[in-house]
Amino acid sequence: MELPNDRRYTQSHEWAKLDGDVVRVGITEFAVEQLGDIIFLDLPEVGTAVRAGAAFGEIESVKAVSDLISPVTGEVREVNEKLMDDLDAFADDPWEAGWMIVVAPEDPSELDGLLDADGYAAKAEEA
Amino acid sequence: MPGTPHSDRDRREMLAALGIDAADALFADIPQSLRATAMPELPPPLTEMELRDEARRVSDLNRNLDDLVCFAGGGIYDRFIPAIVGSVASRPEFVTPYTPYQPEASQGTLEAIFEYQTMISELTALPVANASLYDGATAMGEAVLMAADATGRSRALMAGALAPAARQATRTYAEASGVQIAEVPWDDASGQTDLGALAEMLGDDVACVALQQPNYFGCLEEMAEASWLAHEAGALFIAMVEPISLGVLAPPGEYAADIAVGEGQPLGLPPGFGGPLLGMFACTEQHLRRMPGRVVGRSVDADGKVAYCLTLQTREQHIRRARATSNICTNEGLCALAASVYLAAMGPQGLREAALLGAERAHELQEAMADSGLQPRFGGAFLNEFALRLPGDAEATVRALCEDGWLVGPTLGRDYPELSDCVLVAATERRTREEIAGLAEALQRAARPED
Amino acid sequence: MAEPTLFDLSQPGKRCITMPQPARAPEQYLPEGQLRAEPPALPEVSEPEIARHYARLAAWNFNVDRNFYPLGSCTMKYNPRASEAIAAEPGWARLHPATPEECMQGALRLMRDLETWLAAILGMDAVSLQPPAGAAGEFTSLRVFRAWHDSHGDTARRRVIVPDTAHGTNPASVARCGWDVTVLTSDEEGRVSPDALRDVLGDDVAAIMLTNPNTLGLFETHVLEIAEMAHEAGALMYCDGANLNALLGHARPGDMGFDAVHVNLHKTFSTPHGGGGPGSGPIAVVAKLEPFLPAPRVRRAGEGTRTTGGEGALEWDWDRPQSIGKVQAWFGNFLVAVRAWAYIRSMGAEGLRQATEDAVLAANYIRRALEGELDLPYPATCMHECVFSAKTLADERGVHAADIAKRLLDYGIHPPTMYFPLIVEEALMIEPTETESKATLDQFIAAMREILRDAAEQPDLLHEAPHTTPVRRVDEVNAARKPVLRWQKT
Repeated sequence: MELPNDRRYTQSHEWAKLDGDVVRVGITEFAVEQLGDIIFLDLPEVGTAVRAGAAFGEIESVKAVSDLISPVTGEVREVNEKLMDDLDAFADDPWEAGWMIVVAPEDPSELDGLLDADGYAAKAEEA
Repeated sequence: MPGTPHSDRDRREMLAALGIDAADALFADIPQSLRATAMPELPPPLTEMELRDEARRVSDLNRNLDDLVCFAGGGIYDRFIPAIVGSVASRPEFVTPYTPYQPEASQGTLEAIFEYQTMISELTALPVANASLYDGATAMGEAVLMAADATGRSRALMAGALAPAARQATRTYAEASGVQIAEVPWDDASGQTDLGALAEMLGDDVACVALQQPNYFGCLEEMAEASWLAHEAGALFIAMVEPISLGVLAPPGEYAADIAVGEGQPLGLPPGFGGPLLGMFACTEQHLRRMPGRVVGRSVDADGKVAYCLTLQTREQHIRRARATSNICTNEGLCALAASVYLAAMGPQGLREAALLGAERAHELQEAMADSGLQPRFGGAFLNEFALRLPGDAEATVRALCEDGWLVGPTLGRDYPELSDCVLVAATERRTREEIAGLAEALQRAARPED
Repeated sequence: MAEPTLFDLSQPGKRCITMPQPARAPEQYLPEGQLRAEPPALPEVSEPEIARHYARLAAWNFNVDRNFYPLGSCTMKYNPRASEAIAAEPGWARLHPATPEECMQGALRLMRDLETWLAAILGMDAVSLQPPAGAAGEFTSLRVFRAWHDSHGDTARRRVIVPDTAHGTNPASVARCGWDVTVLTSDEEGRVSPDALRDVLGDDVAAIMLTNPNTLGLFETHVLEIAEMAHEAGALMYCDGANLNALLGHARPGDMGFDAVHVNLHKTFSTPHGGGGPGSGPIAVVAKLEPFLPAPRVRRAGEGTRTTGGEGALEWDWDRPQSIGKVQAWFGNFLVAVRAWAYIRSMGAEGLRQATEDAVLAANYIRRALEGELDLPYPATCMHECVFSAKTLADERGVHAADIAKRLLDYGIHPPTMYFPLIVEEALMIEPTETESKATLDQFIAAMREILRDAAEQPDLLHEAPHTTPVRRVDEVNAARKPVLRWQKT
């Protein structure tokens, strides 16, 4: 499994990338494959407070719903509103175009506690 | 055992395939202490011939609407049911399938329900309708919970003049979820909901305001004003409606209701002692993903041909489990189908005529009663039902009328102690002028036995 | 060819039903502003068009009259015609619920009979016919539990333990009751183990919900010990009765320590599913919970302060101060109860016991016939249903449970329940019921074998199935992404 090395990962298949002083959040390609055809994303509004380990939204396929878990605690600064317009494009590029939210973290060092690419790859292969 | 397709030989062959002598061996997992030691105490089995006779013997203890002239209402009406409704709705191809989870094997049911959704959307003038809920009462319960979810508020204001069963079922539903219900009083003269009182009860903790049109007393409510008041306070407006009346009355969409619910029995379902019924549910696009229950969508198949399927299932219990928008699974699909056939048979013109004929008969009835000195309890305008004040014991009068072959009701005393001298009377297109004269006369006899 | 909708067929001025003309204009008696601006755009069609439209749609439905439905946990039995005929009689169908009690004695008697019979079958003390479906029965029971706890001042209980094999309605009903779900993991045999329960049980637990037999078709062998543990901890025991068809005359939930159980009349008692409903979900409870059941209850006249008439007369008891209140509009889905009454009356105790035996025999016959062909993750003797898995096939050939299911449609067989219970990957859950002949079971087994052979040799035949249905695989992704939920003029 080839994974970008420029970001951190959660056990629940989100990625978090430090981008200056904000954190960009999305889900991994593995998660997208597991979900199958995505039909709906429920993302928070700008300004919402999110907490590390707690759901910030939901992602739905035809026959499953999964929580989207925030990797960090902070406030939502940006939401990728374009995703819902083209869910196939999102599924094609979950690493870059498919980012979901940008969070201003309370403590950027929270990222250090997450999995690195190798750690996540090992975890994903178990599953 | 009647109807079994297994001969003793079939059973022996199946047992042999399993290498056992008797089916009892298959129950070995049930601990011995839990194995039944005796048969349940049930009456001995009847042949079909005996069963039909026995069922008839028991049902003869009832007096049904073939035997009574029905001026009763309270949500269940003796409407005319076109023959085509029963003919279609009793087809085994519609009666015996399962829920249409396999769209390729269920296009008939799915297209029929898609049509039903469209018809309910047309009747209510709201863009989205679901595939049915249990009945009008539980549809109201669902609507209130949905409004609480949508607004994040936890108080619901319901008109006291809204059907008691719907208020009670909503309490059972809502209070378990921490939603408090408060009742808006009605005006003692008009029978309409007191909008001044409503305005005072509204606040920023109110999730929704629910009124019924016509209300339980048959009176027409000022829905547009109530809806405006609710929206001013940031609450949703829920309209409980009677479907036939929507042939002439302004529909919920015209007065900006967010959710419409209703009891669909008048749409071609027999009274059936109050069940099965049909819970109608429609709402605005904005609340689509919070909607309870199944919904059918139009799509295409692998060849690009129009095809229907259940959709937005992620709202439902089999996928979202504890976080589903409702726990409902089985709904009233066959009743919804019957309602569609009914609405297609009546068409917009027939529906309007049925509504107007019922209203006309009810007004004639009111006039005939006035000649006998009996008056509606309330002064508000009504459509095809009103609360009648009786001079004597209302319960006794209703019983005496029934003995005489006339059905009116329900009486109001149990749900409204202050209206214990009142009974609901309703008319539909089925009632004749002779019957109206007959009831007026019978009422005069029954209400004044001393004369 | 697609069947146009009634809206496509509609043309202004066509009518099916005509009515006498109203004499008065509504403006004469209705206030201004109450009238509808535009009539509803209902279809305008003639009777022959309606008849043919629905006849064509009917032909597109699989249904129990025509097709085998081995749909696990759904108990798709044949629906006896006598039950249908009786329920259609005016004596039941045209009975108004506001009729005075003296004139509804037959209905009260039928309800009283059915309550008594269900109590005897289940080994419980009191029955309410009011919940209109299984999920409503679950909710009603949990509300009764909550009222019972509350009546003891025991208001801190917030958790309900639900096994991972449970139907989705269980957790959803718990949530509806304002409680939280604790999921209990099944043991390696597919059952609830007392050890696992011990870890999650506590004095904040309001109830445990078990389906018995569970959705793997296995009897919960530790049920008595589980009930003892639950009661010790002050919790109540709930039985999801969806699988009652495995127990009739053989075992009773009441003997297993359950405090409440719901019954799906539209499963176990042979009433039709109606393409999704109506059903009926009566509940049965132990005596201590009876005061909390929905009002009204049927009682003998003279037991209360009122009386409706002579000896043996029945009446409603509305004076139920501890009742949870109403859970639907009137007295439940009465006409469904009529069908179940007729079914039980025609079967008798021996007949019901035989039905269960034949259902369990049929499930095991299928299990044995297919056990070499598909994975059988829980290989024990099953009760009324068995759960296979297409996991190996999916891994090795890329053929999934859904592909097998869709291919079965080409044989005129409705697919088994798929991807449930959730703990079985690629699950195919098969419940044949007792009303399918051995010949039908053999046809199903032969079809499955042929399909599994094709899965190895020509998997695309399965991937592209069904081939013979009125439409081919439906694009459910498109339907959900861009919902079209009503007809629109194009």
